[in-house]
Amino acid sequence: MTPRERKNLFAGLGFTSLWIVGLVAFTAYPVVASLYFSFCDYSILKAPVWTGLENYRQLVHDELFWKSLRNTLFYAGLAVPLGTVVSLALAVLLNQDVRGRTIFRTFFYLPSIVPVVASSMLWLWIFNGQYGLLNAALQPLLAPFGLAPPAWLADPNWAKPALVIMSLWGTGNAMVIFLAGLQNVPKELYEAAAIDGATGWRRFWHVTLPLLAPVIYFNVIISLIGALQVFTQAFIMSEAANGNGNGSDGNPARATLFYTIYLFSTAFYDLRMGYASAMAYVLFVVIAALTWMATRLARERIGQLE
Amino acid sequence: MGRVLSRLPSKFRPRLGAVGLIALLVAAARPAAGAAPGEHRIHVTYWDKWIGFEVRGILEVVDGFNRSQDRIVVDYLPTSQIDRKMIVATAGGDPPDVAGLWAYNIPGYADAEALTPLDGFIRRDGGTVALWLARYYPIYEEMIQHGGHVYAGITTPATMALFWNKTLFREAGLDPDRPPRTLAEFNDYCRRLTKRDPRTGAITQMGFLPQEPGWWPWVFCRWFGGRLFDGRQITLATDPRNLEAMRWIEGFSKDNGGEAVKIFASGFGAWGSPTAPFFTGKLAMVFQGVWYPNYIRQYKPGLDYGVGPWPEAVPGVTDFAMAEADIMVIPRGARHPEAAWEFIKYVNSCNLRARSYDEMTGMERVCFYQEKLSPLREWSPYFEQHHPNPAIKVFRALAASAHCVATPDIGIYAEYYREFIAAFERVRLLEASPEEALNFAQKRLDESWARYVQSLQRHGQALPVAITNSR
Repeated sequence: MTPRERKNLFAGLGFTSLWIVGLVAFTAYPVVASLYFSFCDYSILKAPVWTGLENYRQLVHDELFWKSLRNTLFYAGLAVPLGTVVSLALAVLLNQDVRGRTIFRTFFYLPSIVPVVASSMLWLWIFNGQYGLLNAALQPLLAPFGLAPPAWLADPNWAKPALVIMSLWGTGNAMVIFLAGLQNVPKELYEAAAIDGATGWRRFWHVTLPLLAPVIYFNVIISLIGALQVFTQAFIMSEAANGNGNGSDGNPARATLFYTIYLFSTAFYDLRMGYASAMAYVLFVVIAALTWMATRLARERIGQLE
Repeated sequence: MGRVLSRLPSKFRPRLGAVGLIALLVAAARPAAGAAPGEHRIHVTYWDKWIGFEVRGILEVVDGFNRSQDRIVVDYLPTSQIDRKMIVATAGGDPPDVAGLWAYNIPGYADAEALTPLDGFIRRDGGTVALWLARYYPIYEEMIQHGGHVYAGITTPATMALFWNKTLFREAGLDPDRPPRTLAEFNDYCRRLTKRDPRTGAITQMGFLPQEPGWWPWVFCRWFGGRLFDGRQITLATDPRNLEAMRWIEGFSKDNGGEAVKIFASGFGAWGSPTAPFFTGKLAMVFQGVWYPNYIRQYKPGLDYGVGPWPEAVPGVTDFAMAEADIMVIPRGARHPEAAWEFIKYVNSCNLRARSYDEMTGMERVCFYQEKLSPLREWSPYFEQHHPNPAIKVFRALAASAHCVATPDIGIYAEYYREFIAAFERVRLLEASPEEALNFAQKRLDESWARYVQSLQRHGQALPVAITNSR
C-alpha cells in the first residue's frame, strides 16, 4: 500500500467511523449478546444465569408460541399475495397514459407515508362494528341475502382478516417499485406482441409479467419479511381493546397474538429477556428459511421464463 | 465559510471535518444543564404518567414541595408507558430519581431488583416502618409492600364502586335512588334495562356488560368470594367460586345472544371519551373508580347518575370493594435517592389542620384536584368538607372496608393478568366453556409460577414466605 493509499484509507475510515461505531455498538453487539442471552435465565436487571437449551426446550412446549406462529403465518399467507396483486394491479393502472396520471399516483402513494399509529387509529373507526364506514357500505349489500356484516376487530374470526385488509393501505411503496419496473419494459416488445395479434391480457401475461419477475421477487421477499414481523397495528388495536398496560395479548381472545407481540410482552412486561431472545432467533431462522425457499422458487421460475 | 474551507490545503480538509464532527458529538453528548449557574440545589427527576386535565394536581404538589425548602428541586417529566421506560432506563443505569408506576408493578419489579426499598429511609428519619404504614388504610398499606419491605409511596389511590344512570333507571320503571343491593337484584335490573330495536332485534341498551371498562376482569372472581393466589399456589381454577363468577360472565352473552352482544359492544368508544357506553346511554350500570365523576364532568356534563357500593354477591358481604393506586418509587441506581425520598415523604403527608384550599399540602392537594380520596386514614377538615367529588364518602367507606381487595401480590402478575384476560375473552365470546378457559389458564400459570420461583432460586433471591414455610 502506497503512503497515499494508506492516507486515503485512514481518511475513509475516519469519515465512516461514526457508522462503523454505530453498527458495532448498536447492531452487532446486541445481535451477538442476544444470542448469548437466549441460552440464559436473564431478566435485564439481574446477571444472566446460563441455562443451556432450556429456553428453546420450553418454546417447543409453549402453546402460545405455536399459536402466535400460526397467527403470523396466517396473516403473512394472506397479506403477502393479496398485497402483491393489489400493488401490481394499481401500478399497471397508474402506468396507463391517462390525464392526471401524476395526481392519481400521488393519491395512491399518500397512505404509505401516514404513520402506522395514525392509520391504525383511523382503521379502528373504519372497522367499528356498529358505526364503521366499512359496515355502513357492506350492510345494504349483505341485507338482501339475510346476512349482517361482522364485528371485525371485536370478532376473533374476523380480526386477522381485518388486519390483512388494513395492510393494503400501505401498498404504495410496492406499487412505486412495480411502476418503475413497468417503465423499464421495452416498448418494442409490446409492439412486436401487438403485431403478432396479442390482446391486452396476453401482452400482460407473456411480456409484462416475465419481465417484471425480478421486481415481483423483490417485493414478495420484502413484504414477507415485513408480514412476519407485523406488530404496530395489531399492538395498537389489541391495546385499545385491552387497555390495562400489562401487555397486549392479541385481543380478542388472542386472535391477533402475532409472534412479535408475544415476544414483546415476554421481554418488556414479563422481563424474560432470555426467553424473548430465543424467540427472536427462532423468528430469524423462520424468516431466513422462508426467504431461501422463495429465492429458490423464484430462481427456478425466472430461469424457466428466460 | 465555504470560501474559507476552499482555501485550506486539501490535506487539512478531512482532518478539519473529523474535528468538527467530534466537537458536534461532544456537544450533543454533554448532559443538559440541570441547574442554573451558581445554583446548588439538587435536581430530582420525576417521571410520571399524568397529562391532560389531571396533571395540574401533581404540578401543584411539585411546586409546593419546591417552595417548601431550598435544598431540592423536583423536575416533572410526563412520560407515557412509564413502567416500561423506567425498566429500560434502570437497566441502562440512568433511571429517574422518582418514577410514577401502578401498585400492581411492585411485586414483579421488586423481584427484578429494579426498586429501592424505602424501609431504610423511614428508619433513618427516626420512625418505624409499622408506624409509617399505619397512617394508610389497610388495603393501601398492603399494596405498597412486597416480601416484607416497603417499596413505594402513593400518589393517588382509587376504589371502585357501582355507577348507575338514573335516567335509564326511570325509563325502565326502576327507582333511580335505589341501586341493586344483591346479585339477584343486579341480574334482574340488567334484564329490565336491556332494550332491543323492535324492527331488527338488535340490542340498543344493556344494564351491564362485564367487559366495560375491562381493566381488572378478575375482580368478578373476588366479588364472588374467590381467591386468585394463596401466597404459595395459583388458585384460579381450583377455587369453585372463580368458576361461578366465570359462569355469570358467560351468562351475559348466552342470555342475550353472543353475536348480538358482540355487535352491540363493538360500538363502544374508549372509557374516557364522549363515546364511552355509560356516557352515551348504552350501558346503564358500570363499575368505575373514584376518578369517574371528574370524567363525567368532562365528557357528559349534566348526566344524572348515582354512586353506590357493590351489590352483595357473597351473603353477608355488603362492603366488597376493589382498590388500586398510582404509586411513586425510587428506581435502583437513582442518582439522588435521599432527595427522592424527601419528595415521596412530602407527597405522602398532608396538613391535617388545613381549612382552605391554599392550606392543603402533599397528598390532599393532588387528590383534591383529581377528585380522589386520600389513602391516609386522617383527613383535614377542608379536604373532608369541601371535596369536589359528590360520592367521596362512598369511596372512603369502601377503602376502609375489611372486604376491599387489591391485585394479587405475585411477581408474575403481568402474565397472570394476560392469562386471565384471555380466559375472560374466550368465555364472554363463547369460544370456550368457563371450565375449559380456567383450566387452560391455570395450567399455563402453574408452569409460569414454577419457572419464576426457580429463577428466584437461581439468582439467590428470597422466595415468597408461604413457599419457604411450606418447605
